[in-house]
Amino acid sequence: MKTFLRFALLLLPALLGVPAPAKLKIVATTPDLGALARAIGGDQVELTTLAKPTEDPHFVDAKPSFIVKLNHADALLEGGAELEAGWLTPLLEGARNPRLEAGQPGRIAAAEGVALLEVPAALDRSQGDIHASGNPHFLTDPLNAKIVAAHLARSFAELDGPSARVYGANLQKFNAALDAKMAEWQSLAAPYAGRPLVTYHNYWIYFSHRFGWPMDLFLEPKPGIPPTPAHLAGVITKMKAGNLKLVTVQPYQNRKTAETVAGHTGALVLDWPSFPGGQGTEGYLEWMDFLVQSTVHGFEQSK
Amino acid sequence: MNFRTIIACTFALFFTAAAWPAEDQVQQLQLQLKQLQSEFEKTRLQQQQQIEALTRKLEALTTVPSVAAAPAPAKTDEPQKLGQELAAARVPPNPPIAAPVASGTKAGSSYMNISYGALITAGGSTELDPRAQLELGDHDPLKRGFSLRNAEIAVDGAIDPYFKGFANIVLKLDKNNGTDIELEETYLQSTSLPANLQLKAGQFFASFGRQNPQHPHTWAFVDQPLILNRTFGPDGLRGIGTQLSWLAPTPFYTELFLSVFDGQGGPAFSFRNPGEPDPAGVNRFAGRATLDRPLRGAQDLLFVPRLATSFELSATQTLLAGVSAAFGPNSTGPDRRTEIYGVDIFWKWKPADAAQGFPYLTWQTEALYRRFEAAADPLAPVPLPRETLRDAGIYSQVVYGFVPRWNAGLRFDYATGNAGTNDVNDPFRGQRVRFSPELSFLPSEFSKIKFQYNYDHGDLFGTAHSIWLQLEFGLGAHAAHKF
Repeated sequence: MKTFLRFALLLLPALLGVPAPAKLKIVATTPDLGALARAIGGDQVELTTLAKPTEDPHFVDAKPSFIVKLNHADALLEGGAELEAGWLTPLLEGARNPRLEAGQPGRIAAAEGVALLEVPAALDRSQGDIHASGNPHFLTDPLNAKIVAAHLARSFAELDGPSARVYGANLQKFNAALDAKMAEWQSLAAPYAGRPLVTYHNYWIYFSHRFGWPMDLFLEPKPGIPPTPAHLAGVITKMKAGNLKLVTVQPYQNRKTAETVAGHTGALVLDWPSFPGGQGTEGYLEWMDFLVQSTVHGFEQSK
Repeated sequence: MNFRTIIACTFALFFTAAAWPAEDQVQQLQLQLKQLQSEFEKTRLQQQQQIEALTRKLEALTTVPSVAAAPAPAKTDEPQKLGQELAAARVPPNPPIAAPVASGTKAGSSYMNISYGALITAGGSTELDPRAQLELGDHDPLKRGFSLRNAEIAVDGAIDPYFKGFANIVLKLDKNNGTDIELEETYLQSTSLPANLQLKAGQFFASFGRQNPQHPHTWAFVDQPLILNRTFGPDGLRGIGTQLSWLAPTPFYTELFLSVFDGQGGPAFSFRNPGEPDPAGVNRFAGRATLDRPLRGAQDLLFVPRLATSFELSATQTLLAGVSAAFGPNSTGPDRRTEIYGVDIFWKWKPADAAQGFPYLTWQTEALYRRFEAAADPLAPVPLPRETLRDAGIYSQVVYGFVPRWNAGLRFDYATGNAGTNDVNDPFRGQRVRFSPELSFLPSEFSKIKFQYNYDHGDLFGTAHSIWLQLEFGLGAHAAHKF
């Protein structure tokens, strides 16, 4: 009876049409989206991020507790480029939340308005784990983060009119900070323009294009396919020939493989967090700063 | 007063009542209605104007001067400038990138996802005919050598804004490699019911326990657990019917399900199932000649309630547990009924830095109890009395994904029951124990090779050993996995 009364009391404001003072409840699929939602939403949003910063975002368990989080959410912030294809659908089916249905203001696809790279000409899984709408790791380019941030400010304002001014202000603050940082990063990157890096998975293509560091040599022979000795031997040969001195590895990838390759080529292994929230990088700008600094530092060391 | 008078009076009253409002009253009403309409229209227009004004304000507030890297223009209150900026923010300019590739039309988008998956088994057993007593599940290996018992075409998609549709069409090869076809599932599911409710209708697997609603390609072993086979039969518990489920407003996951099925035929094994024909052509179940038992009322339907709940034990451990039941009539006699109860538990550990979902450790256990009221059959080859058959069993399995693409598992199966008169002829009864270790290699998400050994001991056949190798592949739409 007590619980029923409590339940009834909770329903009361809704029945009377009194706007609840509650914060906007946002669920973000991955920590990079979560970091941007935090930057724009500030204290006005109650944020839940599903994937952990250290785990492989392609393979997240569709835990029942996520269903509850999505059921309560005012908005879902997803990548929108199939990164979450393996786990988001059953969660949404279970969540039965009409606010998150496609086409609703509460369904925010970050990829909207972002030009995706590497859209496959044909859908062919013999080429590995490809994504039909293009490479989904688009937030590794800070200018894409600006597009997403603006998108978020508009979406949040639409969902929560009274706080629109706050979202607008947060966006301006974020953009100003990013612009300042961007200038700094570009001047740091410029002396090393054209210097290539080796990466484990084809994760950093947008970062690569933004800062002019080619990253088209991967430890994986094909996306999602684990390294083979023959492929690694080829990578080592190419690294020696092209004098490639940096290999990046993410928290969930096999560091030993990267170390072996580095051992054969005299290269440095750089540990790169896949998302903000890993390795002491709380926000988006700190994460990007870490990546740029790490690269520049790596180039300096391996002159 | 006779009947005619009553009718006449009723009609008279009705017509008087209908004709009562005079002409001028009708006009008056029409006038009032028109006034109301115009007032409503006025209010609507006012509200629309207000909404538009608010929207303009809102957009102006949220608009950033510029999204591009260019320095922000000086702040201004001029509405014209605001409008321009708004337009700029609406279509964010894509920052130039070294080698842009046009995103063009989105590949792979269609009205319906379609996929195809097949399970091919090869192996052998100390039993000449493994299907006779060992591998009783419909998707289990059929015989020594090669068998293909599950090739499924799965489709799904949005039907309209209110429903999603799903279908599973299963093809399988019989003993002589002829093709059987089965409409395993075909149902629609609501997407927009209020109050956290969801409706499912059509032919589908009952939400009973953990493994019953799963398709064979998601099973950790090549065969059905013994107790599921005994209570739900070779096909698993499924049928045509409807299910209402409710996500409870609790801080942790709690879901209540109630399904109602027609409950007739083989996929309702312990219920209105005609059974299999004996050599004389008489349909029998549990040794009894079965009735063609039609539906007399709601009491003859099959009801399946379930309660499931889940907790995060830690950041890396999740527990999902449930209790289920199934109630319905069976076809051994006109008043005979069956009850099945089950508990299930699933636990998973996965570290925070898992690569491609590995490593992981899962533990899955289900225990079931069946109470089957069997009617007397004095005309059976061995006369059978009216008796209650009680079956109980458990299976418990651990699967360890020890490195990316590899897993190893161990399953323990135990099933038993009270003594029944027909037990010597019934491979679904008696005591049985099975141990099954397995080792799987998954080259990618879309292919799998599984090796399994079964140590089997049963009242009917003594001890048997079997080894099975199973190959799985999947094509088409990327399947999303439920927890």
